[in-house]
Amino acid sequence: MIGRLLYDVPRHALWLLGLVLVGLIAAPLFANDYLLTVLILILYFAYTGQAWNILMGFAGQLSLGHALYVGLGAYVAAALYVHYGIGPWIGLPVAILISVASGAIIGFLAFRFGVAGVYFAILTIAFCEFARIGFDHLGWLGGSGGMFLPVSNHTQNDLWHLRGQPVMFYYLILLLTVLAFVLCHLMLRSRVGYFWQAIREDEEAARSLGIATFRYKMAAILVSSAMTAPAGVFYAFYYNNLFPEQTFFILRSIEIILGPIIGGVGTLFGPVIGAFVITGLSEALQELLTLYGFDTPGAKRVFYGVCLLVVVMVLPNGIWPPLARLLRLGRRRDTTERQP
Amino acid sequence: MSSEMKGFSVMVNRRRLLAGAAATTTLLASPAIVRAQGAALKVGVLLPRSGAQAGIGQDCFRGVEIAGPILKANGYPDLQIMSADTETSVDTARSRAEKLIADGAQLLVGAFDSGQSSAIAQVAEQKGIPFVINIAAAPPITEQGYKFVFRNFPIAGSILSDAFANQKEIFAETGVTPKSVVFLHCNDTFGTAMKNGIGAVFPKANMPYAIKETIAYDPTARDLSVEISKAKASGADALLVVSRLNDAILLTRELVKQRWSPMGILSMGPGWYEDQYLKTLGKLGDGPLSFVPWYDPNKKLSKQLEAAVEKKYPGVNLNLNHVYTFEALLIAADAYKRAKTADPKALADAIRTTNITENTTAGPGISFDAKGQNDKLKNVAIQNRGGKLVTVAPKGSTNAKVQWPMLAYDKRR
Amino acid sequence: MSADIYLNVAVGGLLTGLIYGLMALGLSVIFGVVRVVNFAHGEMMTVAMYLAVILFANYGLDPLLMMLPIAVLFFVAGYLMQLGLINPFITRPEYMQFILLLAVAIIIVNGVLIVFGPDAQTVQTSYAFDSFAIGPLIVDATKLYAGLAALVVASALFAFFRFAPLGKAVRACADNQIGALVVGLNVKRLYALSFGLGLACVGAAGAIIVLVVDVTPPLGPAYTLLAFVIVITGGLGSMSGALIGGVLIGLTEAMAGLFFTPSAKSMFAFAILVLVLLFRPQGIMGQKLS
Repeated sequence: MIGRLLYDVPRHALWLLGLVLVGLIAAPLFANDYLLTVLILILYFAYTGQAWNILMGFAGQLSLGHALYVGLGAYVAAALYVHYGIGPWIGLPVAILISVASGAIIGFLAFRFGVAGVYFAILTIAFCEFARIGFDHLGWLGGSGGMFLPVSNHTQNDLWHLRGQPVMFYYLILLLTVLAFVLCHLMLRSRVGYFWQAIREDEEAARSLGIATFRYKMAAILVSSAMTAPAGVFYAFYYNNLFPEQTFFILRSIEIILGPIIGGVGTLFGPVIGAFVITGLSEALQELLTLYGFDTPGAKRVFYGVCLLVVVMVLPNGIWPPLARLLRLGRRRDTTERQP
Repeated sequence: MSSEMKGFSVMVNRRRLLAGAAATTTLLASPAIVRAQGAALKVGVLLPRSGAQAGIGQDCFRGVEIAGPILKANGYPDLQIMSADTETSVDTARSRAEKLIADGAQLLVGAFDSGQSSAIAQVAEQKGIPFVINIAAAPPITEQGYKFVFRNFPIAGSILSDAFANQKEIFAETGVTPKSVVFLHCNDTFGTAMKNGIGAVFPKANMPYAIKETIAYDPTARDLSVEISKAKASGADALLVVSRLNDAILLTRELVKQRWSPMGILSMGPGWYEDQYLKTLGKLGDGPLSFVPWYDPNKKLSKQLEAAVEKKYPGVNLNLNHVYTFEALLIAADAYKRAKTADPKALADAIRTTNITENTTAGPGISFDAKGQNDKLKNVAIQNRGGKLVTVAPKGSTNAKVQWPMLAYDKRR
Repeated sequence: MSADIYLNVAVGGLLTGLIYGLMALGLSVIFGVVRVVNFAHGEMMTVAMYLAVILFANYGLDPLLMMLPIAVLFFVAGYLMQLGLINPFITRPEYMQFILLLAVAIIIVNGVLIVFGPDAQTVQTSYAFDSFAIGPLIVDATKLYAGLAALVVASALFAFFRFAPLGKAVRACADNQIGALVVGLNVKRLYALSFGLGLACVGAAGAIIVLVVDVTPPLGPAYTLLAFVIVITGGLGSMSGALIGGVLIGLTEAMAGLFFTPSAKSMFAFAILVLVLLFRPQGIMGQKLS
């Protein structure tokens, strides 16, 4: 099975990947807590980015409301914990279920009625906004006053209840990210993966070839939403408070997609690279500005916007494709790169 | 009236940038704050200075800027301020807190917003660094059994009970009592906390009026005409409200346009007393009563703060953002003075035994209960009068007589 | 509640809707013709609002009068922007356009924060607090003027697209790009023209809306979303659709606020959007999609 997994991946790519992985596993030994917090953030976006990438990069459907699945996952797990004392590991499958259900609803409504492209994107935004306003009025879930998870005991790591040191959370999100990576890799080269890419490139042609586009698009959104839910559970237990205004906020959906788009939509490494670049850029800009004593609020975001602009204009396919070419990591079969 | 308005000029390009640069250099130089003898305590200040809460965050920061000289003049040790912007985001708040601690902050102050403060509290507790909350009213923060988190700000429940008490005092004093009110509130964290609080406190408060109708509005609403139409149609005597600055201005405009002058406006939150409100509405801004945590104008330290704000920010009234942020720094300086060490645990223990009577906020002084909450804070009633704010209740903290009922809008134009 | 209040709220909703419609018009032109997803739409409108604020505060110029100069300025800016920045992105996938304009939006929002500060800026004209009493109706004066101004601008735009040769060329371009090329139209210039027109609408809308709404840096995104909802509901590429969509949304929100709790009134706008997307994706006034 390992053989099948590593089939046709060039030797030096494996070494590089291994090195990175070792580095990440060993990170807590060298990094101070601040860096660890940043790494957790990066891995969180790498994870959610990969989940989103399945729907967009593989199946070609632009979702701008992915915060919905994160939020649902978070609230379900949090509610079960706060109201019934049910631990997050048991809450996880319930969270996934609810997320998938909402993905199914959105997917069914959209794909059955032929809503695609920008319209689909707006539809996803509408559902997320719906949730935001709706949750604001749900007293049982805290409403707009927010849901607070009881926090106590930081010295011991309680894995069952996810209470503990940042290090525990770090390894958890690292594990999730690696699992997601492996899963994406497997899916990409499976039959489903090929059908998805066919649909992405040209849905009409795919349908004329006999591919059941509705079924595979549904599969994409179900898998994507299912994968995103655990991120929500993580979020709830890491931050310990949830507000509909913040959790379902459209900026959250945008944060999720920045990584994959900058890194390279549809590629395997894109979301991960993108997450590192985006968060790294943000923190680096902050450091730079503090160094030069530029304390004006909002300055960092302006530079950030400019950087985004430049990247998007200069690298139309994201960072990964040219990087892969540079490192000579690309050529096996053209399964991961989008045709220019 | 339009000629009065023209005097209020908009900050334009160059002026604003220069002001920003000047503020930056002042902050960097911070001469009055960093001293050689007895190293200054490194205090990390976390506030939302960009994003949706930028206005309030930047206003709170004014309290930081005037703190240095005043603390020194009152015999307190120096503080070295390390400031960070939470960008109105919980994620950023958390990572900024970690960064400040990694950079050597020995004590944290912040962060106005309950969500952000909660995230910072977790980090502080984990690292064993004391965290003094300046403003954040959500009760759960001090219910977590933290040992390093302290809050010098009243929780929603106490703001309400004091508000009701002050209202009764005002009604008794003037002899005019509303029989019914309509309760209008913003559907955000604070508004909902207050609404829930009212549900708990109102029945026992024995108020002479009934709440005829409750109307919740969207915090991002740009148009509140429907809400005021509903309020007017309810037939209530007075308006009970929890809103923010922009909403307060919008609501007042609608009251004027829809020709409804309630007996009075009883606000139990921000907005109605803020500079922007007073400047924008001029004469139409007089009259609303705000029942809020505030400073006691008769205390010595308050007068020093008023003078400092008058000098450094002409046209700005001293308000609770400045005062509570200042007091958070006061608590830090006082603890440092008593502990004589910057060791975080010693500081936390020192804060626990704080007992400052020469402070600025209303009430007997600053002290903390077992949960780290200052439960002795008193909330006052202030009223807008001629572009300034006067304190009208409770007795003993006042500096003016209340005007109730409110002068009708059409009589002012 | 008496009938008065329903009437008053409905009229208010109608007028607000007209203003929303004008804002959405700009997006309809941009999205309908150039097929660019302008996610910085609302943010650009806030720039127009700030401009109006400066002109009013420093020179006492009424925004309704400044509507035209601001629109012209925005036209030029839009024309240049399309040629310089947007053009290469027309053929790129939507998410790339999205990120481009998102970056523009981030720069605008934080730029105005730095320049103007976080406090709300307002334009308070001498008639800012006026209202007309017509029987049981109390009509907000500024809303009325703003609504009428929106109608005027929209009519001008209609006339342009219906009667002016250049306008007809733009419509041709939107309907059938290849055909337009074959016939010899300079598509690139027409795109720039359309983008310029779209932004001119945004400029005008901003100047008008500042009479009724105070401007803050984070105001933009909500209006961008609203513009998309209206354009999709009313029908892509349809001018009247944008106005009708705007009025529909304005009315729905107002009445929903009246009947239910105002804090949930946005939900109804989204509900309408979902229904339209599912059952009439071309929008109320749009052409049936092939």
